[in-house]
Amino acid sequence: MDHLKNPLTANIRPGKPPFSLKEYEQAGGYQAVRKALHSLTPGEVTAMVKASNLRGRGGAGFPTGQKWSFIPMGADAIRPKYLVVNADEMEPAAFKDRMLLEGNPHQLIEGIIVAGYAIQADIAYIFLRREYTLPAKRLKTAIAEAYAGHYLGQNILESDFSLQLYLHESAGRYICGEETALLNSLEGRRAAPRAKPPFPPVVGLWGKPTTPNNVETISNVPHIVNHGAAWFKGLSHSPDGGTKIYGVSGRVKRPGAWELPMGTTLREILEEQAGGMREGFKLRGVIPGGGSTDFLMEEHLDLKMDFDGPKQGGSRLGTGTIVVLDDQTCPVGLVHNLMQFFARESCGWCTPCREGLSWTARILAAIESGQGQSEDFARLQKHTRLLGPGHTFCALAPGAMEPLQSALKYFEEDFNRHIREKRCPWR
Amino acid sequence: MLTTEEKKEIEAEFPHYEQKRAVCVEALKIVQRHRGWVSDEALLAVAEFLEMTPAELDAVATFYNLIFRKPVGKHVILVCDSVSCWIMGYERVLGHLKARLGIDLGETTGDGLFTLLPIVCLGACDQAPAMMIDEELYGNLNPAKIDEILASYS
Repeated sequence: MDHLKNPLTANIRPGKPPFSLKEYEQAGGYQAVRKALHSLTPGEVTAMVKASNLRGRGGAGFPTGQKWSFIPMGADAIRPKYLVVNADEMEPAAFKDRMLLEGNPHQLIEGIIVAGYAIQADIAYIFLRREYTLPAKRLKTAIAEAYAGHYLGQNILESDFSLQLYLHESAGRYICGEETALLNSLEGRRAAPRAKPPFPPVVGLWGKPTTPNNVETISNVPHIVNHGAAWFKGLSHSPDGGTKIYGVSGRVKRPGAWELPMGTTLREILEEQAGGMREGFKLRGVIPGGGSTDFLMEEHLDLKMDFDGPKQGGSRLGTGTIVVLDDQTCPVGLVHNLMQFFARESCGWCTPCREGLSWTARILAAIESGQGQSEDFARLQKHTRLLGPGHTFCALAPGAMEPLQSALKYFEEDFNRHIREKRCPWR
Repeated sequence: MLTTEEKKEIEAEFPHYEQKRAVCVEALKIVQRHRGWVSDEALLAVAEFLEMTPAELDAVATFYNLIFRKPVGKHVILVCDSVSCWIMGYERVLGHLKARLGIDLGETTGDGLFTLLPIVCLGACDQAPAMMIDEELYGNLNPAKIDEILASYS
């Protein structure tokens, strides 16, 4: 693989242990740390990342350089400042960060050091979901190697910059991935989201300036510093810079995850990478970016999978991990499965989410089991508004409504058939 | 009472955080690693050690689904029930596990060997359907493979 075309995955050896520190250094690793710490100012690193058009890969797509620029700088800034890497990958159907955590932990650590330098962080955490046991093991080894190699700790590589990095292993709950819930969790509290504003760059972990970033986002940073913003933008088929790790799951020939130019079309990902549908199955639709994104249909397959493309079909890039709905899977059952997930994972803090998701899931269960009433379709439509943006404390419930509202639009006849025939036609 | 070893492991976490209570999730996991689960007695001991009220700590302990406030079996099976696994045969996997172990979700086998629990997306969607037993991930499950995996635990 070409390092200049697939920077994130070129040094990943599938099925084998990741590069040790020595191997990583031999492959050019930690050059970005040397370059940043010895020849660039923090402001210059942030400016490079801004110019690269790197946008957050966790799902929201916020411009990374801009996020960093919100952190108070200079001698008057409150200390310590924190960098928190969100490795709480728990979105239904998302499995892209696992690939980077297992495949090249030193790449993430190098990104953390460079990003930490840009915002002049004192302490960094990797917030890792408990079930990622192999990533935990590999990260622990790599972090210890990085300390021993003097890439972490006091006066890194004889510079004035010091950074401590700790691995925080969580104990479950999807809501921890919400950035302010994650901060509460790190502080040893229930992971209920916080009110925004104030935003984490100003009032974050223990009230200190904090930058939350996704694993894939941070893993891009060393390459931007090494090869420049123009190169990074050139990797992409769209104005959003870089590559993207796309994934496909469901009844395709080759489920998996691949690093491709940002803006690769849905069709190319599904047909060329995933090998198309398995024999005997037809595609009915896709959820393009993890469980909390709207369905896209056959007519949308030529949309680019960048931050603007899926919007043209009423959806979002999200995590870029695609779930395929085939013709032998019940769309009502699928949406019911998603709603059960979101209802169970609601933190319970705000009433619309805690109560509304659970009722939505119950209505779907009734429809699926043949107990649906003729008013249920309208009830579900109403819920997509009542649980939509602006009515809840955080984005969990509005995210849950995305696949529901688009399923009601595209699969209306399937819902009605369940209600009319009093059974699931797929069972 | 916490053992000297548990205290030592918890204390080793203190320097990583600005405040003592931030260690509480890890402390509960440490206790759980030694004792299998977090009993009321263990919870009180951790709360005292971290200078938290028992109510504060229990609010945390009961929030996180991988902290067990009830006894569990020697091995904990986490069956992924999220969307990709559901499409690829979760119901068949769960049905087989239940029949094979003779228990429902949330229950422990009579011999105390296995507890069966649901889990959110394990991030193994490319090898769906998937489950974890303790620290190990298993993908591309089918009944025969499940039997083989279960037989390797004692």
